[in-house]
Amino acid sequence: MEPKTLFQKVWDDHVVVQEPDRPAVLYIDLHLIHEVTSPQAFTGLRERGLEVRRPEKTIATMDHSTPTLPKSLWVIDDQAKAQLRQLERNCEEFGIELFPLGDSRNGIVHVIGPERGFTQPGKTIVCGDSHTSTHGAFGALAFGIGTSEVEHVLATQCLLQRKPRTLEVRVDGQAMPGVTAKDIILALCAEIGTGGATGYVIEYTGSAIRGLDMEGRMTVCNMSIEAGARAGMIAPDETTFDYLKERERVPQGADWDGAVERWRQLRTDEGATFDKTVVIDASKLEPMITYGTNPGMGMQISEPMPTTDSFDDPSQQAAFEKAMGYMGLEPGTQLLGKKIDVVFIGSCTNSRIGDLRMAAGVLSGRKVADGVRTLVVPGSHDIKKQAEAEGLDLIFKEAGAEWREPGCSMCIAMNGDNLEPGQYAVSTSNRNFEGRQGKGGRTFLASPLTAAAAAVTGKVTDPRSLLLS
Amino acid sequence: MAKFTTLTSHAVPLPAENVDTDQIIPARFLKVTDKHGLGDSLFCDWRYLKDGSNNPDFVLNEPASQGAQILVAGNNFGSGSSREHAPWALVGWGFRAIISTGFADIFKSNSLKNGLLPVEVSPEVHKALMEAVQLDRSTKITIDLQTQSVTGLDGLEATFPIDEFSKHCLLEGIDQLGYLLSFDDQITRYEQQRT
Repeated sequence: MEPKTLFQKVWDDHVVVQEPDRPAVLYIDLHLIHEVTSPQAFTGLRERGLEVRRPEKTIATMDHSTPTLPKSLWVIDDQAKAQLRQLERNCEEFGIELFPLGDSRNGIVHVIGPERGFTQPGKTIVCGDSHTSTHGAFGALAFGIGTSEVEHVLATQCLLQRKPRTLEVRVDGQAMPGVTAKDIILALCAEIGTGGATGYVIEYTGSAIRGLDMEGRMTVCNMSIEAGARAGMIAPDETTFDYLKERERVPQGADWDGAVERWRQLRTDEGATFDKTVVIDASKLEPMITYGTNPGMGMQISEPMPTTDSFDDPSQQAAFEKAMGYMGLEPGTQLLGKKIDVVFIGSCTNSRIGDLRMAAGVLSGRKVADGVRTLVVPGSHDIKKQAEAEGLDLIFKEAGAEWREPGCSMCIAMNGDNLEPGQYAVSTSNRNFEGRQGKGGRTFLASPLTAAAAAVTGKVTDPRSLLLS
Repeated sequence: MAKFTTLTSHAVPLPAENVDTDQIIPARFLKVTDKHGLGDSLFCDWRYLKDGSNNPDFVLNEPASQGAQILVAGNNFGSGSSREHAPWALVGWGFRAIISTGFADIFKSNSLKNGLLPVEVSPEVHKALMEAVQLDRSTKITIDLQTQSVTGLDGLEATFPIDEFSKHCLLEGIDQLGYLLSFDDQITRYEQQRT
């Protein structure tokens, strides 16, 4: 039999029809929806008089524009309220399971999918959200789609897809203490740029990836889109099965054993080839941080920022200068020691229990620097409960950070959690685009360790200096 | 979906690289439940000053940009978020085609479903078009989908790639969902085999 990549196996298993010169009709096993990118899709269904083909294969949550303050202090503007109500109505009318605001199972879409066991190896998973790539950490083929495609999946449980190329990102070597999954993916973005993997599905391989827990793997796959890849995948292994076992929606009992047996086949065969390979040596990495206005504009934290001369291409030079102008930074200088205003610990990239433990490890027994606002926003109610059971909430509160309710919060700044114009933030989220965290706000992307270290010192700080002391 | 056959128009030059969908339409405009009316918010944070008035330095506000249906954009246009609000806003303003050296995957897919043609050309052709448009804002560019060609400048005849299916849908104004729905029997068989 022809050796196949992990991607090829999952793809082949889901092709319903492949006509010549046409995109494949690809079957979708799990469809996740949220309030922001679904309303127009349901309107489309109604206009055509269509039903949802398999309502049990779609689940809904509210996360993007939801408040993260306690219920008594909720402020939801009328437009967001209307959108949340619309999702409720749509789910009720079409028979879709919804985890609404306030529900104990509610949380960020890419956090609750894996947490409740909806996300499983070998599945095709889509959502009207580019960070759907997160679920690829389980060996699923998971990618973001637009609202037209949300409608396609609702109506047919299928999508028209052209087969992407494959990119192997092999991360070998042992990362040093203080270097996390976030640093690995920021290093990849810096290496290949934000469009470097456009047209590809990434498979992450190598000892440094195998050594990550599921949360770290989700962080890596989550930001595949920031390098341009719609999907990133990691072959499932014992780490994956241990994470999933006995979760609410995974197969149970004898069915579980059968499922694991099948899932074990989901790895790239010996002799299978990728269209391209990029190799990263994890042992050479430092904590990473971005200085510019896209996730590819990143560097090792102790390096000086580039200068215009660092780039050969005139349009890249122009992009760099524009970014430096927006960020208010001097090319060629150190970012270490730069004063910051806000620290955000959260988002579908870094809001899981391991992320919170990392941040709490730095903040424990320390105080947030004067004048710095620190928000800690867990990814789901389950994570919030777990963190509170471990006393992490007390560590955050005693340090002077705000301990919030779950949601996307300041990653996308739709819910009132946002930067003020000109403010600098160290953020564990995934995008440092102009205005992403609030109009005029300026974002440095980094790991939970680096973010927590900045909260303590009020400046961009190498977290290793606090881990050692 | 509106048909796309040929288009001749003056163009708006926007040379910045990696223009992400947060710039095309910031997240605070995503609280809508409708896809219409987003044209006014296109490139909002670049287009308007603090007091809400037009930023005279932003290209879209120049008199020469008015009525243009083609955007000549920098490389990797439409990166970031999957929001289809980005093509809705571009179409809402009046654009029917974007010329660049590269587009982000999800943005490209979303554009094709909204009658907005992503035209990918070589860096040399892109440079020639960008310079010509910047030099003379009345320069007319013609995009012919049937022949997959871009013309308008002296001596310039460039082609661009597009997959056969998307081309067919755009030329005929066909909605992709209709095609997908025609496979109902095959989808049912697939579902039966899997259970």
